[in-house]
Amino acid sequence: MKFSYFPGCSLKGMGGAYETSLIAVMEALSVQLEELDDWNCCGATAYMSVDESKAFTLAARNLAIAEKKTDDLLAPCAACFLVLQKTQKYIKDYPEVGRVVRESLRAGGYDYAGSTRIRHPLDVIVNDIGLDTIKKTVKHPLKGLKIAPYYGCQVVRPYATFDHQDYPVTMDNLLKALGADVVHYPLKTKCCGGSLTGTLPEVGARLSNILIREAKRQGADLITTLCPLCFFNLDSYQDKMEGPEKITMPITYFTQLMGLAFGMPSSKLGLKRHIIPILPILKERQVAIA
Amino acid sequence: MSKIRRTIKYESERDGTFAEEIMASPGCEDLLGCFQCGTCSGVCPLSIYMDHTPRQIIYLTRQGFKDEVLRSNTIWLCASCYACYVDCPKTVHITDVMYALKQRAIREGLYPSRFPIPVLAREFYKMVRGKGRLTETWLVVRLLLKTNIFKGFGMWRLGLGLLRTGRFSLAVESMKHPEELRRILDASPAQHGKKEVA
Amino acid sequence: MTEKKEEIRTGFYICHCGHNIGSVVDCPAVVEYVKGLPGIAVSRDYKYMCSDPGQELIAQDIREQKLNRIVVASCSPLLHEETFRKATSMGGLNPFYFQMVNIREHDSWVHTDKNAATEKAMDMARAAVARVRFHRALEKKKAPIHPDVLIVGAGIAGIHAALTLANAGKKVYLVEREPTIGGHMAMFDKTFPTLDCAACILTPKMSSVKNHPNITMWTYSEVTSVDGYVGNFTIKVRHKPRYIIEDLCVGCMACIDACVFKQKFEDEFNQGLSKRKPVYIPFPQATPQVVVIDPEQCLKLKTGKCKESCAEACDRKAIDFNQKETIEEIKVGTVIISTGFKSFDAKKLPQYGWGIYPNVYTALEIERLVNASGPTGGDVVMRDGKHPKRIGIIHCVGSRDESTNKWCSRVCCMYSLKLAHLLHEHSEAEIYNFYIDMRTPGKSYEEFYDRLLKEGVNFVRGRVAEITDWAMNKDEEDHLVIRVEDTLAGFVRRIPVDMVVLATGLEAREDAQDVRRLFNIGCGGEGFFMERHPKLAPVDTFTEGIFIAGACQGPKDIPDTVAQAGAAAAQCLALIDAGAIELEPNTAFIDEQSCSGCKSCISLCPYTAITFDAVKKKAVINEALCKGCGTCVGACPSSSIIQNLYEDDQIFTEIEEVLAHV
Repeated sequence: MKFSYFPGCSLKGMGGAYETSLIAVMEALSVQLEELDDWNCCGATAYMSVDESKAFTLAARNLAIAEKKTDDLLAPCAACFLVLQKTQKYIKDYPEVGRVVRESLRAGGYDYAGSTRIRHPLDVIVNDIGLDTIKKTVKHPLKGLKIAPYYGCQVVRPYATFDHQDYPVTMDNLLKALGADVVHYPLKTKCCGGSLTGTLPEVGARLSNILIREAKRQGADLITTLCPLCFFNLDSYQDKMEGPEKITMPITYFTQLMGLAFGMPSSKLGLKRHIIPILPILKERQVAIA
Repeated sequence: MSKIRRTIKYESERDGTFAEEIMASPGCEDLLGCFQCGTCSGVCPLSIYMDHTPRQIIYLTRQGFKDEVLRSNTIWLCASCYACYVDCPKTVHITDVMYALKQRAIREGLYPSRFPIPVLAREFYKMVRGKGRLTETWLVVRLLLKTNIFKGFGMWRLGLGLLRTGRFSLAVESMKHPEELRRILDASPAQHGKKEVA
Repeated sequence: MTEKKEEIRTGFYICHCGHNIGSVVDCPAVVEYVKGLPGIAVSRDYKYMCSDPGQELIAQDIREQKLNRIVVASCSPLLHEETFRKATSMGGLNPFYFQMVNIREHDSWVHTDKNAATEKAMDMARAAVARVRFHRALEKKKAPIHPDVLIVGAGIAGIHAALTLANAGKKVYLVEREPTIGGHMAMFDKTFPTLDCAACILTPKMSSVKNHPNITMWTYSEVTSVDGYVGNFTIKVRHKPRYIIEDLCVGCMACIDACVFKQKFEDEFNQGLSKRKPVYIPFPQATPQVVVIDPEQCLKLKTGKCKESCAEACDRKAIDFNQKETIEEIKVGTVIISTGFKSFDAKKLPQYGWGIYPNVYTALEIERLVNASGPTGGDVVMRDGKHPKRIGIIHCVGSRDESTNKWCSRVCCMYSLKLAHLLHEHSEAEIYNFYIDMRTPGKSYEEFYDRLLKEGVNFVRGRVAEITDWAMNKDEEDHLVIRVEDTLAGFVRRIPVDMVVLATGLEAREDAQDVRRLFNIGCGGEGFFMERHPKLAPVDTFTEGIFIAGACQGPKDIPDTVAQAGAAAAQCLALIDAGAIELEPNTAFIDEQSCSGCKSCISLCPYTAITFDAVKKKAVINEALCKGCGTCVGACPSSSIIQNLYEDDQIFTEIEEVLAHV
């Protein structure tokens, strides 16, 4: 299995642990990732707020590069995953958008037919590789580890079709295959605050704090995410937690947990790059760390 | 007692073509189908902070109360979680409407000047235009300089945390050939023939 | 009355009716109490007496315990008296040895004090147990059903019912007060939600009525008296003089052209938006195509002085100024009343300006205004001669308002949406609909609302406070200004418009009470005719053989009206095809022994059921005519008249026993 790989800015920046663990896990599953040549920022939510046709053009350049390579495009960052899908869809659904985008791309020597398949690693791992293979690859099951599966917004909504938009279960099934206990988590697709933590920290931090408090209430040892911004928001604002008792909750990427279960060394998984340390709870639950 | 405010609205305050213009943006074509059920406001995690709920924004847009809409904090508080988008019983793509309204507000300069969200959007826009990629740390620094938002929120501690975990890098991410991207972006017409922002 | 000596063996049954009775009345305690009453052989309680096992319980006890009287304490006799009489028959006993006690509507549903309610149930049970001793075996009488049907009111309901019955081979008398059939529907432009033109779907039915061999269509006629009972009604119909010999007139309208008057009288059909002469045809497709002369306006009929150019112009000599009203008597077995509704009088809400500002219209006026055959040929031109650029449609005018009509008129939301569409189509004006709630419960109705939303109509949720020409700024100058709280936006708005349409609600016709009395049926508090049961007998009335259909029963749209008309026709057919109906044997009879022949009862009987036998010198009651009203029973000075089911022994014992604890 081979994919064009679109890391996006976050995985090259603060979301480094996601990239490290993703690459390690994919390698273990014999999936080849080839980073897209001279990719550019997808535009995220911010670019769309300023200029829509430039936003579509920006994202479409990546799609055009990937189309030439013919492999499916793997986009682990939730925002990139959404923006790339949206761009592809709107180019197809709105001929005027398509016309403007194609015309602009031509200035860089690109052409885009619209055939690129955009995939999220969670979908690929569970639905292409399959849970049987995952189970066979597991060396140290995450027995006794209680996990709140947090999907966030943009992987499951609104364009992805591999799971329910409000009540997804794909990651739940993956975590179970890793041997972990999945706690009931009613907030699994509620917003973490997105970029509001950076712009209106009081509001943004409150949203992610609500997610943490509820995960704790439901008995979770840690929360697992599949988006670098969710990870950042959940991990970084726990000192802003309101309420009488101090709560901390380790946050992980789902790929880090896969790596642990596959018996990979913590150095390959970026486990030390968390503000809320993750190792103590792993030790407490006697999760074997290679 | 708070200041007494007069709130009556006259028809002359309406912009007769506003709804139509917004509906011209991709995704916004079902705007008129809204029957004001309030699902969007109910499901929105941020509606409790907004000066108009998303339902009201859709309604006011439909009715052409342009100033009321473009000056509201609602459109900027939208975090693009798409919850309203998928739950709307009338397939109004509220998130897309919010984007169209943000674009319009920026174009018309109708947002509050030091309000951090539109500032972030514009700084982001400029940075991507320059380097083709985003360096989150620098974005935050620029935002800090422009708005002072982190004052009093104890952000220094987060900064230290990020440094400690090796995530606070000031190295700038860049494409190999950002000029090529710029060429493409410049070839893209500025929206609706209006003056370009950046 | 002498009772045959027999041992009274009464069975008593109390029904829990699930929780309806059982949660308030202590049923087992009543059972124990009744066991101690004289003549009781069986006393039981059961969760649902009306169920098959409940009924079988009664039948079995009659057979095995040799019961000869039955009392059931349960719900209203209206609901289950017939059920328990049948159960009594099943056991082999005459069904009139049964007595019912209503401890639900009269006790458990209206009391909260459980002890007192239980005591009351005991009192009522005791009274019934005592009364039933005096019951006698009775036989139900059978009344044959005359196969002809009278239908009163020839709007879409009457028309549809008439055609249904006539097509089934029954003879129908269709009586309409106006000079033409068609009712309100004939005035409408298009119909929601499909927007098919009302005339296109109605007028073929109107001409079918006219031409149907089984339908006698009487327009400009009214029912003046109703006698008899189910299966055997005698109806008198008054034909008002139209001063035209109907059979001769071909509707050529030469007389209208010839009339000396200019068009100066308000045209009722066009809601006064156009003028007509004293001699007129209501509208081009009027059925029958026969002119009518208004005697209040015609110079000849008012003053006797006119050169009668109309009569001269008529080469068929159809004009007859000497025509007088005539009364015709008919016999029918069943009646359908379909007299329709009245539009709310918008003058009652002066804050909406109808009658004050010429550019405020009622919805019915707009139906005519947008109609291609209306006064302006469909051009939306206002009373001031201008074309509107902005139009406000106000929902719920005379509906959902404690000061006018409390009810939702059900059709206004939909017709307001329809008018919004039509007005925009005809005038390109910007349309505003002001509503409290949008009520679109009907097939394809919500979809129609969605269509209008997307057509760009402005929907403002809020009940309009007032419509004035008070201007606050230049925009509002020379406009009607609507002031309303926009409850969705959360602020008050002032909206200047050129034209206002009031979506007036539906109410009962002004003479509904007269019609009710004439036919001896009921009216609800709102004035609409009352159905026997809101769910299970929606077109029946409390008078056997008389049915209701359409908006006279309550506000409803055309589909529901047609459905009801079909249902009412089917009810008539069911009776007609049964050939006869069993009647309650509650008639009175004369005790010849004691009748003194004073004749005082004869003139009092409202049904002329009593005659005098000159040979025997006694009064005689015709059982077929007696309706069991009891007037003669109370009036007889020698107590010689007895009414079945209400004999003195039965009633007085019941009263004594129910009050025994006092």
